[in-house]
Amino acid sequence: MIRRRLFTAALVAATALALTFLALPLLAIFLRVAPGELVSQLGNDVVLDAIVVTAKATLISQALILLVGTPTAYLIASRSFRGRALVITLVELPLVLPPAVAGLALLATFGRLGLLGGTFEALGVTVSFTQAAVVLAVTYVASPFYLRQAIASFEALDNSLLDASRTLGAGPARTFFRIALPLAASGLAAGAALSFARGIGEFGATIMFAGSLQGVTQTLSLAIYAQFDLNLDLALALGALLVLLSAAILLAAKLLPAWTRSTSTLLSPFARFGSS
Amino acid sequence: MDALHLDVALPLRPFRLELALAVGRETVALVGPSGAGKTSVLRTIAGLARPERGRVALDGRLLFDAAAGIDLPPEERGVGYVFQDYALFPHMTVEQNVAYAGGGRAGEVLDRLGIAALADAQPGELSGGERQRVGLARALARDPDVLLLDEPMSALDAHTRTGVRAELRRTLDDLDLPVLLVTHDFQDAAVLADRVGVLVEGRLLQVGTPGELVAAPSDAFVASFTGANVLAGFARRGAGGLTEVTLGDGSILYSVDEGEGPASVAVYPWEISIAREPPHDSSLNHVRRPITSLVRIGNRARVQVGPLVGEVTTASVERLGLHEGETVVASFKAAATHLVSRES
Repeated sequence: MIRRRLFTAALVAATALALTFLALPLLAIFLRVAPGELVSQLGNDVVLDAIVVTAKATLISQALILLVGTPTAYLIASRSFRGRALVITLVELPLVLPPAVAGLALLATFGRLGLLGGTFEALGVTVSFTQAAVVLAVTYVASPFYLRQAIASFEALDNSLLDASRTLGAGPARTFFRIALPLAASGLAAGAALSFARGIGEFGATIMFAGSLQGVTQTLSLAIYAQFDLNLDLALALGALLVLLSAAILLAAKLLPAWTRSTSTLLSPFARFGSS
Repeated sequence: MDALHLDVALPLRPFRLELALAVGRETVALVGPSGAGKTSVLRTIAGLARPERGRVALDGRLLFDAAAGIDLPPEERGVGYVFQDYALFPHMTVEQNVAYAGGGRAGEVLDRLGIAALADAQPGELSGGERQRVGLARALARDPDVLLLDEPMSALDAHTRTGVRAELRRTLDDLDLPVLLVTHDFQDAAVLADRVGVLVEGRLLQVGTPGELVAAPSDAFVASFTGANVLAGFARRGAGGLTEVTLGDGSILYSVDEGEGPASVAVYPWEISIAREPPHDSSLNHVRRPITSLVRIGNRARVQVGPLVGEVTTASVERLGLHEGETVVASFKAAATHLVSRES
């Protein structure tokens, strides 16, 4: 009896410690500076520039990730081929790679003296330390979050549904758009939300490969670092903004699948009444 | 004229599927234990599996020919496929499922199968029998040249099974299409199909009407699959033109079929009578053993006596006062047996 209570108490204590540790720093950002001060800081040029750079880079990279990542994930998920495990490992590698290494690698590839640098220079294109570099850095670091989830979502599809589509006269493309994509949609959306959140918070690869130039390559995360020594209140305001944004994305990712499920079951009874 | 011609070889994991089969405007059932390669046959015809050699022709059209390098994709084969568990698209209504096949005949097909009232329902809300009919409607919506059904009865509750099976038989009869279905249940095959082929480890052991398979099973497996008791022994010519089969326990059974060497005696449960003493009638075969189980099914009872299962009326069970553990005599005529060769 006493042992059992002791065990429960230990569980509760551990949980309380963990939650406090995770939540207190977030709370501290909001408690450090008065709310009015936080809001007024957001009018600063540095903040506005960072918001524009971040929004642009994240949206473009997210579009690239969805457009290229979705067919890639579908192919990997639906075929078995030699070296498949290797391909999946390659896709997942940026997840565990230190972002600084990713930035260094991108520099070694696209930098002026990098692998493809000469090619780009001949075309008159400079990649490193431009907005394109921000997009590449964000895409490189964030895409595995989407790819992993998308591969899992396509793999979870019932193969007989795809086979049925083919025997009903639909080619592979129609089968993909009408059957595979809608059925995997909630999983894909969750993956997109995760990669979106990771992209917004990108720091290490961006600062190595794109630098931190206000209005050009300085994203919200980079602006925090830049303002840390100059204006701590501004850094805190940016931090507060990112906390709210991240929380909103995470919440959306969690609610989205539940929402699509519940609408499909909610709609059907009405459809049923309508017909009878 | 036969509509569907099939002669293919396909390596499956423990064995090779080697099968030649022609199906006319009739229903043919392939039966066999699970893992015998039944579904692979359907997938080969539909273009979902690629044989290693051979050809598949439908109404004179070549769907597959390894030698000529012909391999039409599934969407160009004109094959209606009802999948096991029906594979209805969960994000579409019944009508959208059927309309997916194109052809603009969704409404007409739903009407014909008597499920027009379900048009706006989601697949998740349907009963097993309803889902089967939607799967059938969807497969027929494109006017296929052949209909394939994979275990059409497996997703049904036991209590609706018989009704749905009879209904399906009527629907298939009205189609005037070659139909090939696979099932692991000989009863289902016998009710649904005009001809039945027994497929084991990728090979067709025997093809015939259900009656032919029961009357003259080609081997012990076909016999036991159709529900017969199969007793292994050694056959030799006996007196009076009968064949004597010595069983493992030394007892002897008699058969009118001729045979020598390792052989099995097959006898159907309904040919077996049960009595307390050996009857003074024409039956030559008597097995005296305790009843090991007695199961009543409706007005019949299945009585297990030693290695034999006999089927008698429950009225007989009451009249004789039979119960488990009691020693009885199970008898059957030499003329009621089939002798099937037993090659190791």
